[in-house]
Amino acid sequence: MLSPRRVLGRSEPWVFAAIVALSLLIQARSGQFFTGNNLVDLARALVVPALFSIGCMMVIVSGGIDVSFTAIASLAMYVTDKTLLARGYDGTVLLPYAMSAGLGLLMGALNGFLIAFLRLPTLIVTLGTSSLYTGLMFGAFAASASDVPPSIAAHGKQILFTAVNSDLGLTSTMPAQILILAGVLVLVFFLLRYTMLGRGIYAIGGDEAAAERAGFNVRAIKMFLYCFVGVLAGVTGIVRISMIAYADPSTMLGMELPVIAAVVLGGTRVTGGVGTLTGTTLGVALMTILANSLILMGVPTYWSRAFTGAVIIIGTGVTAWQTGLTRRGGRALSRPATGAPA
Amino acid sequence: MTAITAAAGGRARRSRDENVIRLLGLLVFVFVLMTILRPAQFATLADFNSMMRQFPEYGIMAIGMSLTMITGGIDLGVVGAANLSAIVAAKFLVAAVPPGAPPQQVVPYLVAAVGLALATGLACGAFAGILIARFNIPAILATLGTQQLYTGIAIGITSGRPQSHLPLLYSKVGNTEFLNFFPLSFILFVAIAVAAGFMLSRTRFGTSLYMIGTNAQAASYAGLTNASILLRTYMISGFLSSVAGLIMMARANSAKAEYGVPYTLQCVLIAVLGGIDPYGGSGNIAGVTLAILILQFLSSGLNMFNNVSNFYRDVIWGGVLLLVLVVNRFLSRRSERRAVLKAS
Repeated sequence: MLSPRRVLGRSEPWVFAAIVALSLLIQARSGQFFTGNNLVDLARALVVPALFSIGCMMVIVSGGIDVSFTAIASLAMYVTDKTLLARGYDGTVLLPYAMSAGLGLLMGALNGFLIAFLRLPTLIVTLGTSSLYTGLMFGAFAASASDVPPSIAAHGKQILFTAVNSDLGLTSTMPAQILILAGVLVLVFFLLRYTMLGRGIYAIGGDEAAAERAGFNVRAIKMFLYCFVGVLAGVTGIVRISMIAYADPSTMLGMELPVIAAVVLGGTRVTGGVGTLTGTTLGVALMTILANSLILMGVPTYWSRAFTGAVIIIGTGVTAWQTGLTRRGGRALSRPATGAPA
Repeated sequence: MTAITAAAGGRARRSRDENVIRLLGLLVFVFVLMTILRPAQFATLADFNSMMRQFPEYGIMAIGMSLTMITGGIDLGVVGAANLSAIVAAKFLVAAVPPGAPPQQVVPYLVAAVGLALATGLACGAFAGILIARFNIPAILATLGTQQLYTGIAIGITSGRPQSHLPLLYSKVGNTEFLNFFPLSFILFVAIAVAAGFMLSRTRFGTSLYMIGTNAQAASYAGLTNASILLRTYMISGFLSSVAGLIMMARANSAKAEYGVPYTLQCVLIAVLGGIDPYGGSGNIAGVTLAILILQFLSSGLNMFNNVSNFYRDVIWGGVLLLVLVVNRFLSRRSERRAVLKAS
């Protein structure tokens, strides 16, 4: 049994409490929060950031940071979309997913190679690859909004159920893609909890040198991690374009900061080693509710960006304060613990 | 103690010289390449003049970025702070200066506006510094946050619109050219680069930045007040950002929340290319200045190819950044191996 003190020392209960309080506040101000269609709308808005946040959480747990996942998702889905359109593809939606995931894997592997084998700092590597991938997309592929192949469009119309708000006459549909999110959550849950690979991700985030001495293959784990994040980004790219029914190259760019904010808000420790799927999902839920409800709460849209910034600062500040990271003040990057010859 | 520092200093100086020579070689290579490819346009007097108008604004921010990276941190909020400072100055000028006022009457307002902008930059830097030094938030996250916050505030107070209709005198002063050739912004850049170089190599404060970047804990045990030094470093970075913001405002004759967004990556690229170790503790202003010039030559050269899309610039910046990281990694491995051999 967890003692109350241990429960309150974690972030998840606080994030959950914040969600409840915020929901009640919005309900009180607008009367529209606890309606079927609003909740379904929130779930719809949550799918893509939640998928991104899973990979992002794993990277932060390992002691790194990744700002390139939205660029990977955009380039992977755009190349897939254009290639399949040009060939008049009209088969199932499995091929687009596989192709985009494969492209994501390649791009993630470049990150992984630079980070795991050359031991370069994760932020600067991913800033560089992110610029490279978006540049390729807009330069070499001259990307602009485009149609999607029929199978992806049909996939986007697959809905689980429809919620109707009889007061306002609004209907919202629950997209089938939420099942992909559920599947990924289950997969990553088992990966992180029951496999040595998953434990290794936590171990290298906690202390890389100790993990290496304990017998973890740090390079292989990091390589796997960035490849996995690439695959996940590729899949998320197709999820996104199927839900909006056109391939907009810039639709996901800029989502990386709110996603990182959500992950940190969910209790993932920015210096590595600590983070849960529950916390991350709650963090994404909180950010989504905030973003979708700013207007309901009377915050002008021009201020939404300042709001994101403030949430990142407060969220990271509270986490840093809570864990009392007195030793690491001021460092942007933790030096790789191994590799340098004595 | 003195023997050790002298030996370490000797080694640092040698590797520093190697790096500066390497960069000089690269600079000459880019210069010759562009001169051969575009002899009619590149390296003409007019071209040099236009380059001197372009690089100071991001060069000054890159110097601020480099200082924070020497301490092992990073300041991703430089562009946000620059734009916010410029917007504060622009808003003040538009609101305070009576329309049609004669130049003599406008001067005090200009001085006040510049003062306000610099104060805003200092405040932005101090805020980031407090988050990093007092609250121990990792610099990446703290400054990702401040970047969003400053840009967000700038969008919020302007509703996302550019602030124009500034008094003519501002851009006139801002675009002054000394000897009809050297723009004011260039003179400012030279002064700042010299001052920063002097500070890093000749003052206690400069040395303490390297010590914190090499090993923060050891620096603290050696009696340095890390928190106060880091706070001042980020304040300097914020201050330099506001100078860059004022230059951008003079060039565009307006201020906007989203000017110069790609400069953030470019500043990181310059610092890394210039030999600042992203893990902290090494690098110098001579290297950073050479990196700024290399980037400007590349960028001006690219401009002369009409068929090259602007987006290729992102590819090139990203690619160059990764390439430099990889090359530096191998070079440092080699020199480490050499040092180990010598020691044994």
